[in-house]
Amino acid sequence: MSRAEILSNIRRGLGRGEASEAQRKAVFNRLNAKANNLIPKRSQLPHAEQVELFKSMAQEASAEIIELSSTADVPKTVTDWLQNNGIKELISSSDAELNELDWSPLGDIQRTQRVAMVGDMASITTSFAGIAETGTLMLHSRGESPTTLNFLPDVHLVVLKRSTIVGPYEDAWKKIRGTFGKSMPRTVNMITGPSRSADIEQTLQMGAHGPRTLVILLIND
Amino acid sequence: MQIRSPEFKENARTALKEEGLQRALGKLRAGFPEKRAIAVERMPEFHDLRDEARDLKNHILENLDIYLEQFESKVQESGGHVHWARTGDDANKIILDICKQVNAKTVTKGKSMVSEETNLNEYLEANGIQPVETDLGEYILQLREDHPSHIIAPAIHLNLSDVSEIFHEKHGKPKSDDPAVLMQEAREELRNKFVAADVGITGANFLVAETGSTIIVTNEGNGDLTQTLPKTHIVITSIEKVVPTLEDMTLFLRLLARSATGQEFTVYNTLSTGPRREGDADGPENFHVVLVDNGRSEMVGSEFHEMLRCIRCSACMNHCPVYGSVGGHAYGWVYPGPMGSVLTPKMIGIEKAGNLPNASTFCGKCEEVCPVRIPLPKLMRHWRNNEFEKHLSPKAVRWGLAGWGFFAKRPTLYRQLSTASNWFMRTLGGKKGRVKSLPMASGWTDFRDLPTPTDKTFMQQWNDKKEGKQ
Ligand code: SF4
Repeated sequence: MSRAEILSNIRRGLGRGEASEAQRKAVFNRLNAKANNLIPKRSQLPHAEQVELFKSMAQEASAEIIELSSTADVPKTVTDWLQNNGIKELISSSDAELNELDWSPLGDIQRTQRVAMVGDMASITTSFAGIAETGTLMLHSRGESPTTLNFLPDVHLVVLKRSTIVGPYEDAWKKIRGTFGKSMPRTVNMITGPSRSADIEQTLQMGAHGPRTLVILLIND
Repeated sequence: MQIRSPEFKENARTALKEEGLQRALGKLRAGFPEKRAIAVERMPEFHDLRDEARDLKNHILENLDIYLEQFESKVQESGGHVHWARTGDDANKIILDICKQVNAKTVTKGKSMVSEETNLNEYLEANGIQPVETDLGEYILQLREDHPSHIIAPAIHLNLSDVSEIFHEKHGKPKSDDPAVLMQEAREELRNKFVAADVGITGANFLVAETGSTIIVTNEGNGDLTQTLPKTHIVITSIEKVVPTLEDMTLFLRLLARSATGQEFTVYNTLSTGPRREGDADGPENFHVVLVDNGRSEMVGSEFHEMLRCIRCSACMNHCPVYGSVGGHAYGWVYPGPMGSVLTPKMIGIEKAGNLPNASTFCGKCEEVCPVRIPLPKLMRHWRNNEFEKHLSPKAVRWGLAGWGFFAKRPTLYRQLSTASNWFMRTLGGKKGRVKSLPMASGWTDFRDLPTPTDKTFMQQWNDKKEGKQ
């Protein structure tokens, strides 16, 4: 009922009935072309400079960056970080990339693979891409990486491979389409720094509802 | 929210005298515009992006029916449901039905201005379902039984002490004057509510026709917890939010954060496409999108067509001298500032909102900063004409205009009169060059001074110039 009324109102406003075949075709051509609009020059750089841009933009957004020469260094670095912050448990995604690492450096710290729950202090996940333009991480939902890991714990540690850093957002969308074809994953999260709010007297405070701390483990692969 | 737009003048008068509000507004005027200016400066292509965004929105509106149908079919393909709501009441009923189907007791809510339009919270409560606002600003307002006064910074009219006061009262913890402590308190209070909720309701900033995705843009992460934890996710949104592709969405995202808060990018930009997939360990099992019309489809092709380009960034109100003086509540309904002065009369009727398009200095700043280049002053003028034609303007305005018209048609008399009034004003202003009070115009001079006019009227200067005297 509402649907028909709304659509016919729109058409009346546009001074036409149902769109002509030619008009529909023009729209579908546009949808299929997935053409870029103007892309700012900022991130159109050689890859090494994109990585530098990513780092400085992410830091500007208050993310912490730790550079590592290989994923093999992740467990030791994570252990140090958690110990320095007095955290005893790590909730982890179950990506092969993480599972195949030697986690023995963790010692007493528990690494658990599950969805996040209230009270969890720290999580670790991998990421799909880094977007240099604004220092943004792109993650997506999948069986191995529950979305709650990205939002509930106080600290979110994210492994990002240097090779997956792209310049503008557009390149990340191309990667998404390349991986998933026509159907999107249930959720795609673009994350730029830790959670914040300025709702109390316009004073910026970090750590509103999402993680208070975002640590990017940048692997120089 | 109860309509208080007809009382705009009284509202404004009170607002100008409220010290706390004036303090808060002082901060706003200094904060947002400066941050936006820096962000714009850092993006040399910013104004070209605005041109593209305007053109793209125009293209979308020309094909709005096609894009909406495409969006709908993509949502369905990914396992979600689309509902169409002609009015706010329709939207509320649809949402209540979905809540009943899943036996919902509590729902968490991310920030949604469309749900303010429909009075969703009151409706759910009246039907035995407890809505919990999770955006920090909205949460504070809900505790105070208050309403947003700004579209992206809802509690901007409040000061620290107001927040401290209400948290103390409702949370039973000691008062604090540290915003960090207060935020921590809200974080803890809401954590369990996120998990306990049966349904999560969010708005959407854009709807992507290519993929059937909705996107929300937040800094807090509350929207993400709201839509990830409960079994059912309902998106309440409006029909003009559809965009063709992910690339097109990106164009608007580049403009949105910079225009709104002056950030390079908002912390969380989250796309949702359908319910959880097989093998997913979390995420909602049901995904619903409610497409609200509420007067928008009637704007298509009308003199207010261009208003449908609005991406709700708030730049127009952040730069508006009227908003900056009286705040959002004075406007008396959901949408304040210049964008509200155009939208509100459409949604609640010009009879009730006639004051709003008149609450403008026509300085043009709103149009200057609007990322999709909406000619807001022109649209407000349309309302003024509309109101005049419907004989809705106040008598003083009608007589004033009639009087002015009488003299304007008699140039000699007009010149004599303006020379005399010029002299009168200069005498009042004295050496200071500012008129501190003016008979019958205390409404103006109580709150600000009027500069004295120049020595000569425009016509005198013009003639002098022609005769080569200057
Ligand atoms: S009218 Fe323009 S400036 Fe105002 S909220 Fe809408 S898009 Fe932003």
